[in-house]
Amino acid sequence: MAVIEVENISKEYLVYRKREGLLASVAGLFHREYNAVHAVAGVSFSVEKGEMVAFLGPNGAGKTTTLKLLSGLIYPTGGQARVLGHIPWKRENAYRRRFSLVMGQKNQLWWDLPAQESFRLHKEIYHIEAAEFQRRVDELTDLLEVRKLVGQPVRELSLGERMRMELIAALLHSPEVLLLDEPTIGLDVVSQRKVQEFLKHYQAEQKITVLLTSHYMKDVEALCQRAIVINEGEIKHDGPLAEIVDRFSKNKIIGLQFAGTEIPADLERYGTVIERQPPRVKLEVPRNQIPEVLTGLLSDYNIEDVSVQDRPLEEVIAELFTSHKKASLAEAEANRP
Amino acid sequence: MIAQLRINWVILKTCIEERFVYRGDFAFATFVRFLPIVTQIFLWGAIFNIHSENPIKDINGYSYEEMVAYYLLAMVGRAFSSMPGLAGGIARDVRDGTIKKFLTQPINMLGYLFWHRVAHKLVYYAVATGPFALVFWLCRDYFAGWPDAFTITAWVLSLAMAFLVGFLIETLIGLISFWFLEVSSLIFIYMMLNYFLSGHMLPLDFLPSWLQLLPFQYLAYFPAGIMLGHFTHEQLVVELAIELVWIVVLFLACRVTFNRGVRRYGAFGG
Repeated sequence: MAVIEVENISKEYLVYRKREGLLASVAGLFHREYNAVHAVAGVSFSVEKGEMVAFLGPNGAGKTTTLKLLSGLIYPTGGQARVLGHIPWKRENAYRRRFSLVMGQKNQLWWDLPAQESFRLHKEIYHIEAAEFQRRVDELTDLLEVRKLVGQPVRELSLGERMRMELIAALLHSPEVLLLDEPTIGLDVVSQRKVQEFLKHYQAEQKITVLLTSHYMKDVEALCQRAIVINEGEIKHDGPLAEIVDRFSKNKIIGLQFAGTEIPADLERYGTVIERQPPRVKLEVPRNQIPEVLTGLLSDYNIEDVSVQDRPLEEVIAELFTSHKKASLAEAEANRP
Repeated sequence: MIAQLRINWVILKTCIEERFVYRGDFAFATFVRFLPIVTQIFLWGAIFNIHSENPIKDINGYSYEEMVAYYLLAMVGRAFSSMPGLAGGIARDVRDGTIKKFLTQPINMLGYLFWHRVAHKLVYYAVATGPFALVFWLCRDYFAGWPDAFTITAWVLSLAMAFLVGFLIETLIGLISFWFLEVSSLIFIYMMLNYFLSGHMLPLDFLPSWLQLLPFQYLAYFPAGIMLGHFTHEQLVVELAIELVWIVVLFLACRVTFNRGVRRYGAFGG
């Protein structure tokens, strides 16, 4: 049975529509107009035990709303969801003891006290046995390299250290499901990598189910095999991460290194030149033309090195979102009377 | 059950530790709060005209001494029932999303707030008992003497209940932030009203008698009145019973408001 099952779930917010100007503000006191915003519109997916799934999408796509639904913070306008057999928004303690939500931008630790005090409170509210608690604290603080810092007030920690403490607090009770909302937001490269490595190691070892949202493709590429791409409240793609590039990018990139110091001037006939650093050059070429382009290049020029790469995931995704927006704009234009 | 007690104990302990982080500021704030006592004593002295040839004997049944004694005792009541920052803190948690912690973890927010407040008060008493004792000793001539043991017991009980009433009313105001994100003006109005309605400024017998039907009188007027011997034993039992009913009503109101607030939060997003 799947650990997370989401069926046709939707969430509609009513947002007060404020018109411009003072008069309109005064009028708004008496009569308010609301706009319905479909944060999530009929999303379905399921996640098996031990999977690590990334939620990708631009700001406002509905990623965080979905995580909020799954953690029971909000309830849906329609549809069903079950996590570990529980309906999240019933907020039963039995469910709340089995998952954790970490939000990169929210602080759950006691600000003025050392992190160990927050850990101790978690020990009690999650009923963790003393020996088990000590073992988990030791293990997690070692893995995240913050053992020496547990006695220091949280407010004195750097953002990266604090985030690691947040993760420890969230994992002390060995949750079976971990929901991560932007866990590396604002972190420097080193901290980011530490958090990534930790999550990868921990997830592989404990076989927990992880759902994460992130804007950093590096996080996603390092951690997840599967990605759910969500935009404007709808799922655009659900499958292996690698498939996204296959599916949404019609082009590949050919990297060439010419003999000598020059690069030929007439390369445009093979494809779009996207980078020019003599004697190296990068060409973007439609995927189905790769063999003939390569043959042509190798016979026409003296080439020392050649490589064929997929386009960076980040770019493909960015393009996917903008092109989608363009498409829906075009559609809207076309439908105008 | 035992687990719940342990949770409360850890919350209490941790919150006490937290309070001690800012002990300097806290001690200073406590000290500053004693200053108005001096001005208030002078003010009543002026009103009663005590330094003139013929001072006023009695205002509304209160002599000058009794008025000062009332004021000092009302201060003790306030030390139990005032909840600085409680409603505002709840509103802040709702607005900035800290409340998510309470909704996703197996912890009861109202229970947490309660023990947090108990810790807050315990630390306050640890700091303020000395100065309070000193003030009462200096002002000992204003008091008629110790009442009987029954009355003192009722007084202690009324102080504990004043804490509960104060806690519940302010929590209720804080929970309104689920509907209106900004409650600071509401809190301000409440503080103003509270100053009158609790009997902090004047004994409530100076004001229309129906005000004594409201729960605010239990915050200062009632406990002070007990020590001044305004109630017979039978009246004390009845009044304490009514106060208990208020506590139950306010508690239920808090629970209902919290549950509805969380439902609304769930509908409008957090």
